[in-house]
Amino acid sequence: MITPEEIKQTLARALPVSLVETQDLTGGGDHWQVIIVSSAFEGKGLVEQHRMVNDALKVALGDQRIHALSLKTYSPAQWEKLGS
Amino acid sequence: MPEDVLSQIDEKVKNNKVMLYMKGTPDFPQCGFSAHTVEILRSYGFPFATDDVLANPAVREGIKRYSNWPTIPQVYIDGKFVGGCDILHELHERGELEPMLKAAFAK
Repeated sequence: MITPEEIKQTLARALPVSLVETQDLTGGGDHWQVIIVSSAFEGKGLVEQHRMVNDALKVALGDQRIHALSLKTYSPAQWEKLGS
Repeated sequence: MPEDVLSQIDEKVKNNKVMLYMKGTPDFPQCGFSAHTVEILRSYGFPFATDDVLANPAVREGIKRYSNWPTIPQVYIDGKFVGGCDILHELHERGELEPMLKAAFAK
């Protein structure tokens, strides 16, 4: 298992994130849904955006501290549009 | 032989307009993510081919190497990797999936 803080810190080290929201889907600390807003996602396709996140969390995914990861990734512009 | 598996995968991806690598079968999916992916694809009414990775450990590992993507399900449209359950869901919600499917079947 992994804590929300560890997820946030790991992502912040790898990407210029403006928002990270985590949700523990099962309460077990290893099935997570994460919403990430990053300027690094600008102009990139979803596959590429998710690859960037998977890469950043590679170690935790590899040693099974994260067993399942559901992602929602947005550029700041896309995120703003969602809110309006 | 791993290279054989990769070329088998490549053939299926290229010979099917929509190819889904999943856990289980469309009628009996063995994982919630695979089930949801089938549900989305079925909602458009276009045919799609599937392969059950649980039936073949070599394909289960091979498909991850093929796309350099760590998880299953994996969806391919018109020979191109589109994503897993999350991405398909997102494309579905944004209304971007239908044009992709229509374009693939218009060819």
